[in-house]
Amino acid sequence: MIRIKCPYCGLRDHSEFNYIGDATKLRPINPELANDDEWFDYIYIRDNPRGVHQEYWQHISGCRSYVKVLRDTVTHEVLKTGLPSDDLLFSYEAEK
Amino acid sequence: MSKYSVLSLIKNAFSDNKNWERAWRDPEPKKYYDIIIIGAGGHGLASAFYLAKNHGIKNIAVLEKGYLGGGNTGRNTTIVRSNYMLDENALFYEKSLKLWEQLSHELNFNVMFSQRGVLNLANSDSQMDAITRRGNTMRLNGIDAELLDRRQVEKMIPYLDFSDTARFQIKGGLLQRRGGTARHDAVAWGFARGADQLGVDIIQNCEVTGFKTKGNNIEIVETSRGPIGCGKVGFAVAGSTGHLASKLGMKLPIESHVLQAFVSEPLKPVIDHVVTFGAGHFYISQSDKGGLVFGGDIDMYNSYAQKGNLPLIEDVVTAGLAMIPGLSRLRIVRHWGGIMDMSMDGSPIIGKSPIDNLYLNCGWCYGGFKATPGSGWVFAHTIANDAPHELNAGLNFDRFRVGRSVDENGGGPIPNRH
Repeated sequence: MIRIKCPYCGLRDHSEFNYIGDATKLRPINPELANDDEWFDYIYIRDNPRGVHQEYWQHISGCRSYVKVLRDTVTHEVLKTGLPSDDLLFSYEAEK
Repeated sequence: MSKYSVLSLIKNAFSDNKNWERAWRDPEPKKYYDIIIIGAGGHGLASAFYLAKNHGIKNIAVLEKGYLGGGNTGRNTTIVRSNYMLDENALFYEKSLKLWEQLSHELNFNVMFSQRGVLNLANSDSQMDAITRRGNTMRLNGIDAELLDRRQVEKMIPYLDFSDTARFQIKGGLLQRRGGTARHDAVAWGFARGADQLGVDIIQNCEVTGFKTKGNNIEIVETSRGPIGCGKVGFAVAGSTGHLASKLGMKLPIESHVLQAFVSEPLKPVIDHVVTFGAGHFYISQSDKGGLVFGGDIDMYNSYAQKGNLPLIEDVVTAGLAMIPGLSRLRIVRHWGGIMDMSMDGSPIIGKSPIDNLYLNCGWCYGGFKATPGSGWVFAHTIANDAPHELNAGLNFDRFRVGRSVDENGGGPIPNRH
């Protein structure tokens, strides 16, 4: 079980959450001006990192809010969590 | 290298089975190869085999970071079928199924291909409509499909829950009799032996650590056993595709996810076919050793760990018990995880990449095993001719950019939903 700290509800099992996905993708700010390449990048392309991944989980069995999570995709360890608007920064080097 | 036959069996039996030759060599990497395939799983080995066999190319290496067949090839539920609806998938997987039917002879290696039939259950009227449409589409493409009603399903597999109180009533099913299972390890071993006999160097314990490029070409593949020069490079690394692509600064329409599979304690023969559930995601068959082999959904979150989590196991088992209540006292003896390269439309990517001499074979989602021979066949063609085979022309990398995605279940660009 992965344990995720929801900013509103505290530490909960990941089975209470729905996985939304990559939190780094931003919809083109001005959709009418965005070209095909920008849409292609937003809709289809993923960094898919082996290591720290920034992602959204939705606390569907709790407060139903989105939670931004930094999680290691190799160990499944949750490194940091916060509100969707938070800038979560983490590096293994800085933690040492 | 000698051919396996009844005679060789008898001969080696008399010498106490001590004089069997190695099935493949363990060569040191050369300085340069015309073609380097990365990943000695089923797909990589099949690609090398058909490159040598169909296209007469001799100077080929297959690089493997661990041991051959140790990734997803050894971690799947061994199901082989071609019951797809969209042409791009249907014709490709049907070619693969035809290759399966001849594979043991072709390789002189028993891959234990067993055409026991694959039955997809329908648990609602709308699912009956959907499988009727899929079955008709398959038959128009020359692929075998039979629609069964509830009574026919009950006659064929009476151990399902046919009671009036069943939560998910069985309405019928779509049967592909030519589908079935194969011995997964034997497929890797057979292709490895076949490729080795044709002069392919299979280099294990050789992890790719980086690339040296010149212009838009890869010149040198850096490995844990030293740099190796190359003419062309093919990726056949499934869940590690994104990781390897990142070493070239390349991003792909793929996410890596973990899929778990399970084996029960061995039983006497009870499940004679491959059966899939309609009301939930669950598929089951019985191995020759007697264990029930089954699986369900991926864990749903991005992962490169070859291990999954308990909530998903509970989900899979719940679906299994809803389908076959008689499994309730069965014990699971093993479970494991493999890393799936989940593409954005649920279909694979086999073709050219943004780099001139790099070819991609990835995006297999749940279903790479059944594609093994077909994937090798068309990937070899694509690499040898620098152009796709007609069967993988629609499965190219550019389809996403131009809006021609091959989305079999209409799930949209959400990789964990395929």
